[in-house]
Amino acid sequence: MARVSSPSELERLREEILSNRDPNKPCITICSGTGCHAYGSEKINSAFVKEVKGQGLEGKVDIRRTGCHGFCERGTLVVIYPEEICYVQVQPEDASEVVQSVKDGKVVERLLYTDPVSGKKIVRESEIPFYKNQSRTVFGNNRRIDPQNIEDYLALGGYSALAKALFHMAPDQVLEEVKKANLRGRGGGGFPAGRKWETTRNAPGEPKYVIVNCDEGDPGAYMDRSLMEGNPHSVLEGLTIGAYAIGSHEGFIYVRQEYPLAVENVTTAINQAEEYGFLGENIFGSGFDFRVKVHRGAGAFISGESSALMTALEGIVGEPRPKYIHTAVSGVWEKPSVLNNVETWANVPLIINNGAKWFASIGTEGSKGTKIFSLVGNVNNTGLVEVPMGMTLRDIIYNIGGGIPKGKKFKAVQTGGPSGGIIPEQHLDAPVDFDALTKLGSMMGSGGMIVMDEETCMVDVARYFVDFLCDESCGKCVPCREGLERMRQVLDDIVQGKGKKEDVELLEELSRLMTKASLCALGATASNPVLTTLRYFGDEYRAHIEEKRCPAFVCKELVFYHIDPSKCQACLICLRNCPAEAISGDKNQIHVIDQSKCTKCGTCFDMCPPRFQAVIRLSGEPVPPPLSKEQRVLARGKK
Amino acid sequence: MELERADKIIDRYQNKQGILIQLLLDVQSEFNWIPKELIVQISERLQIPLSHIYRVASFYKGMSLTPIGRHLVQVCLGTACHVRGGPKVLDKVEEALKVNAGETTKDMNFTLRRVNCLGCCALGPVVVVDGEYHGKVTSAKVEEILATYK
Repeated sequence: MARVSSPSELERLREEILSNRDPNKPCITICSGTGCHAYGSEKINSAFVKEVKGQGLEGKVDIRRTGCHGFCERGTLVVIYPEEICYVQVQPEDASEVVQSVKDGKVVERLLYTDPVSGKKIVRESEIPFYKNQSRTVFGNNRRIDPQNIEDYLALGGYSALAKALFHMAPDQVLEEVKKANLRGRGGGGFPAGRKWETTRNAPGEPKYVIVNCDEGDPGAYMDRSLMEGNPHSVLEGLTIGAYAIGSHEGFIYVRQEYPLAVENVTTAINQAEEYGFLGENIFGSGFDFRVKVHRGAGAFISGESSALMTALEGIVGEPRPKYIHTAVSGVWEKPSVLNNVETWANVPLIINNGAKWFASIGTEGSKGTKIFSLVGNVNNTGLVEVPMGMTLRDIIYNIGGGIPKGKKFKAVQTGGPSGGIIPEQHLDAPVDFDALTKLGSMMGSGGMIVMDEETCMVDVARYFVDFLCDESCGKCVPCREGLERMRQVLDDIVQGKGKKEDVELLEELSRLMTKASLCALGATASNPVLTTLRYFGDEYRAHIEEKRCPAFVCKELVFYHIDPSKCQACLICLRNCPAEAISGDKNQIHVIDQSKCTKCGTCFDMCPPRFQAVIRLSGEPVPPPLSKEQRVLARGKK
Repeated sequence: MELERADKIIDRYQNKQGILIQLLLDVQSEFNWIPKELIVQISERLQIPLSHIYRVASFYKGMSLTPIGRHLVQVCLGTACHVRGGPKVLDKVEEALKVNAGETTKDMNFTLRRVNCLGCCALGPVVVVDGEYHGKVTSAKVEEILATYK
């Protein structure tokens, strides 16, 4: 491939790619994102390749393996173009029927999505409610691109924003456009990207660096991963535009080592972009040089913090440093460095192509554009969703997410990862934007959105996050290291029924101290899960402390399993499945749990046939004494 | 033999700055852990203090200073798996393998790790054994899953 050395050559190349592609030629796209990969999309891909060959359709039907489509709940997803027929939960053995249907121009009804409300089958992907209520401007191209093939990205207009910036805009103008768009950082804090860029641009010192943060560590969040795996060129294009605006000639992409596919795809993308002349020396013949290196993270949540990430880039332990001087002025090797996360960079080409006005027309007063969320937990439609800023939590969870599974009640939604907070039902109509979430005591964070149903214990959730952060705190500063450890002890006591009345006050005091005195944002925000659960679910703390009761029946030490003798039908199911052999009984003998042996694994509760519902959970009340031998004889026929 | 393989990795990083983490990750993926002899070798060849290498290698979760078992069992305790009952699954795996998370069984057959989010939350709770995903795991299914790897 000859290097593309001008914008007009890029256009010619694009036309050539498009003219070699017949828009009416059937294309079977197979989602190969992390979720679908786990479902076994690899095997499905092989099955389709075999079938297409076997049915003599080689060259007549294309197969494309793409990044994540988003609707992970129903993976593996297969979409047939140009009709956009969406098949869900596809298995390898379905390949033959699907390929046959492509040949015949038919639809395989049984693999279509069924709308749970109307019961109707839906053919087109865009009409499925999960997709219909989204606006997928950043994430939408994922499903149309083979991330290993740069031509797919070029066919959709890829690198035209870079060409526009380099040839029709001065660096200042690019910067102004991003500032006017009011693009705020998608990684956590929501700091205006344009202002950060400007600081670095004006800071003394050369060279300047630009960095992509793909150290997505929030448990339950995988947006950046899916974007990096599925559409790496969009991130590279944004980064290169940013570098041009700032006057940087060297960039880094920091990817967690837990994301091997992201590392592989972005490395391939860099090589291809260099080959085509979109990266490297004299890009597009504009005279602008820019090189990018991939740096693998090694498994530390703290390395996602900007100064810690930069330290890691230098090859030393990724611990944060004091930021009296911002990293934008003194970052990697003490040079001015701009760090933005994957999604932020991927927004840049869109802003350059469509203009700041277009971007600013989406969203709310203070938060512009769209945001990708990973909607997970106790929700029917787990997946990645992209919505305009300002959509309400309720719309996201119910219209897109399809509500709570198994008819259970919604309890809370957690946003912002371990630095964020828990939002209760009374605030479900809050618009999702940076400022509204902060006001509620939570934060946007990078986009994790974990839905929790009535069976989630809020004290346990707070303890979970504190436990997570205890392990991940680097230990450099005392308030975070010792504060978190102390918090964990207090919360451990509470969930074990050893809590004291004054513990709540102690937690609040620790929170205040950590917020003020910690070195970096990890410690300063670490108390958010505790503070928000205290604020909205104070009664649950009181129940644990004062009544030794866990209202959600989660905290092991406070929950007891008991077999209701009036309901037990002596079916032996719980008895046979109890891993601790704690249940006694016989065919005609009512079963009893020996509390001294019970490990509270809950297997008996899960296994007891729903028609009996004899196993019950108790908390905060005494377990009834075991029955005498005579009383345990089951009188069949009556209940 | 090991030292020769390590030498090849070290060769790639000579005379470059900021390489220690990347170098150790390569050693980790080549040997599945970072043996002490190799740390000494890196230190001598690249003139990096031993204490410095140990500091990096002990800080990151992606690096292991002890050998890992033949099968790697990862139980996801990301937030989504946590609210779907992941902790109960982990309890059960610990009980079945008779080790705590982070440890290796005496016969070196299994290493058990708890991990924070594997990015396939729709399948939660998730257990991954040697890269193979098991979704919607309950404590009742654990024995069955592990039995296939014994």
